[in-house]
Formats: sequence, structure tokens, C-alpha cells
Amino acid sequence: MQSYDVAEQGLRGLNAALQAQSTETNQTQWQVQNPKGSHAIAVGLDAPIEVTVKGSTGYYCAGMNQQATVRVEGSVGPGVAENMMSGTVIVEGDASQYAGATGHGGLLVIKGNASSRCGISMKGIDIVVHGNIGHMSAFMAQAGTLVVCGDAGDALGDSLYEARLFVRGSVRSLGADCIEKEMRPEHLTLLADLLERAGADAKPEEFKRYGSARQLYNFDVDNAAEY
Amino acid sequence: MCGIVGLFLKDKTLEPQLGAMLTDMLITMTDRGPDSAGIAIYGPVGDQAKLTVQSDNPDADFQTLAEDLADVLTSPVSLGRNDTHAVLSMANDKVSAARQALRELRPGLRIMSDGDAIEIYKEVGLPREVAERFQLTSMSGSHGIGHTRMATESAVTTEGAHPFNTGADQCLVHNGSLSNHNALRRKLMREGVRIESMNDTEVGAAYLTWKMQNGATLGEALESSLHDLDGFFTFVVGTKDGFGVVRDPIACKPAVMAETDQYVAFGSEYRALVKLPGIEDARVWEPEPATVYFWSH
Repeated sequence: MQSYDVAEQGLRGLNAALQAQSTETNQTQWQVQNPKGSHAIAVGLDAPIEVTVKGSTGYYCAGMNQQATVRVEGSVGPGVAENMMSGTVIVEGDASQYAGATGHGGLLVIKGNASSRCGISMKGIDIVVHGNIGHMSAFMAQAGTLVVCGDAGDALGDSLYEARLFVRGSVRSLGADCIEKEMRPEHLTLLADLLERAGADAKPEEFKRYGSARQLYNFDVDNAAEY
Repeated sequence: MCGIVGLFLKDKTLEPQLGAMLTDMLITMTDRGPDSAGIAIYGPVGDQAKLTVQSDNPDADFQTLAEDLADVLTSPVSLGRNDTHAVLSMANDKVSAARQALRELRPGLRIMSDGDAIEIYKEVGLPREVAERFQLTSMSGSHGIGHTRMATESAVTTEGAHPFNTGADQCLVHNGSLSNHNALRRKLMREGVRIESMNDTEVGAAYLTWKMQNGATLGEALESSLHDLDGFFTFVVGTKDGFGVVRDPIACKPAVMAETDQYVAFGSEYRALVKLPGIEDARVWEPEPATVYFWSH
């Protein structure tokens, strides 16, 4: 177990040490002490290491992650796991705005609530939120899966492309071109797998599925005169 | 980008440390606003009203100010100088006459605040420098609000710094930018509201003042700001007995709150709160968009 104290050793040293780990590294377990809300903790990792952050972080924690597992024993500021490519990020507390934004892959688990714009422009990431999410979540989401065990705020899935959205609780309002869709067996299978991997105690049958009506981003010949 | 901090004490034993705690929070927010800084501090309420004034030539302006003002008001005035600022204390019924008289006596003087409890100190410079020149760490009080500014809408000047006084014992700080401030400024000036700079937040403050002069409560004025102000804002307002928070419906300007048995704290970022006592066990959350929150004694 490697231990790093941000308060004593500084933030740049932490990211330099974590980013220096190769795929074959023997230093696979890391513990980060005294994050004290610092920004950009454990960003740009690209090795199969496990990093545990002992406290709350600021902006962009675990951004651009590849391969690594980052667990935050606290809450995170805006942009956690932004543009994640692969790996796993687990937040024990709450997440601020745009959690998992533009993520291409991997799994982001938020055990508390996420605020506005969760999964904005997601491009393949899977996000599981145990609590609620705020307004404008999954705005222009292109691919991947957003699972919400609680409620969703206003304008869920506005201008949605092909991401799949599952909400167990209420949805305050749906955004433009986002509609409720039929839950088919393959969706229940997908949900069961994600809920299990995210440690969420919820049944797939309790969720509703939302997706794109595909009216906004597909060309409609009846509108040809508008162009 | 700007930084906002606020601290409302429930535990009276912390009151002597209010200035020190707020200063720490303010300096942590330097990255969000290195241009200028300001603080509104609510001290003990005495039997006199306080006018806090600022001058670019404090030696000349403050030297005989108390005597000159007392002569005009025919009522005693005392002056406590703090760097470029001074607190004028006088009888409660003399405040509006004093405001008038100061315009004649010292045209270059700026009135920062008036009220029974509030004192506003703000200047251009790094938050640490501003805190040191006013010795903010030694101030005590029941609650206070601080602001670090990164200017986007108007010049880096003392009058462009926050907080802005919106009425007796009230102030406003802002993170964001208002996009309809020119039209609103013209409208308010037609209504006779005095606006002195091209700053967007001053218009926001003048708007709240104008609403309240027309009968709205502070809560109602904040509610209507959600309709009448266009742009991005997280506002924190100070009142005689507490503070309030409101964010625009899009809520992209950050805000974090923390509450314990001892205090309610506000920060633009969690970083600003990490030195507060018992923060590890505090209830920490983000205020909802388009929702007005108040805490008061």
C-alpha cells in the first residue's frame, strides 16, 4: 500500500506519481490523505491501480481515467470522472454538477446524489447514481447508460442521441426529444448487471426507461423547405 | 469567475473568531478572484447607526470629517478609521441626512454601507492583502459575507468590488454575470434609482433595493430577480440577522453549503470550508437552483 499526503507533499507530486505507474506496476494500491477539496486529484491515470481518496475533493477528480479504480470516501466537486475512457470511479458521497461529462467508457458510481448536468454529452460511459440527479442531466448524451435509483430533475435527456436512461423514481420533466420507452428483456439484463456492479440495492423491474424519440437529430424530408 | 464565502454563527462563543474564520475562507478563494476582495461583517448592534465610508484620499477626507458632519447634523458623530475606510457612528434618525450631507462635504467619499450592525470593507488587490490592510482577522461578529472578484463585466475598481449595500444592514455579493444589466440600469435610473458604475452587480443590488422600496420583502425581491435578471448568478445576501442564498435556474455558478450545530457556511467551493471546526461531520450540500434559502437568528 502506497500512501500519499496531499497536504504535505503537494498535488502535482500525487498526479505525477500516479501517472508514472505502468500497466505492469507492482504498486497497485494507493491511498490519498488530506485531499481537502483540492482540484484535479488522481487525473489522467492509465494503469490498473486502485486509488482510495480519504476525504472530499474539488473539481475534476479522476478526470480522463483509463483502467484505474478510484474510490472517493467523501463527496466530489464538479466534473468527476470527466471524459473517462475506462476503469471505475466510485464516490461514496455526493457529486456536484456534470459528473461523468463526455465520458467514453468505464463505470462511474455515485452513492449519494448527483446535481445538475450529470452525464452531459456522455459518449459510452455507464453511470449509476444511488440517489437523485439534478436538472439537464444526460443533455445531448450520445451513448452509454445512465441509471438513477432516485429521482431526476428537470429536462432529463434534452436533445438526446442514443444513450439509454433508466430512472426508478420520478422525473420532474423530460427534455426536448426525450420520451419514455418500453422496457424489454435485454434492458432488464443490462440493468441487473449495472446495479450489481454498482452495489445498488434496487430491482430492474422498478425502473422506467427513457430514450431519444429521434425526431430532433434525424433529417425529416418534410422539413426540407426549412433549409 | 468569482469566489463567495459566508459564515453564519449559531454558537455565540465563536463570534470573536468570525473575522479570522472568514479571512481564511476568503484567502482560499483567491484562485477564483484575485482582482479585489471585500467583506461585510455584522458586528454587535449598539444604540447608534453606522455609516461605513471609503476614500481614495483618506488622510485629507477623514481628518475633520466627524466634526464637519456633526456641525451639519447638529448631533454628535464619531469616526473610527480603518485604512481607506471609516465607520461613522451617529443617532439612528440622522442617517439619511448624513448621506445627503456627505455628498456636499466630501464629494469624493463613497458610502460602503449603512445600518446598525453591518460594516463593508472592500478594495482592489489580492484577498490576503485586502484582509491585512483592514485587519479582518481581528473582527468579531455574528455573521459575515466575503467576496473575491475576477472582473468580467466592468473595470477593476473599489466601486466594482463586492459586497454591495442594498439597504440598511443589507448587502449582496454575486458570482456570475448579468446580461441584461444595461437595459435594467436605464429602467432603474428612469425610476430615480442612483447607480454609479457600469458594473452589472451594482444593477442587481439596485434592483433589489428598488423592489424593497416598493414594498417587497427581501425574499420577494430575490424571487422576482429570478424572472427579471437575465444571466448567470449565485447571489448571497446579508441581512441584519442572517443571510440568504439564491442561484439562477441554470445554476452553473458553484455553491456549497455546510451546516453543523455551530454554524451555517457557504463557499463557492468545498475547499473554502475545509478549515472550519467539525467540517468532517457537517451536513454538506448544494443549494437547489431557483430556490431562495434563508438562515436567521
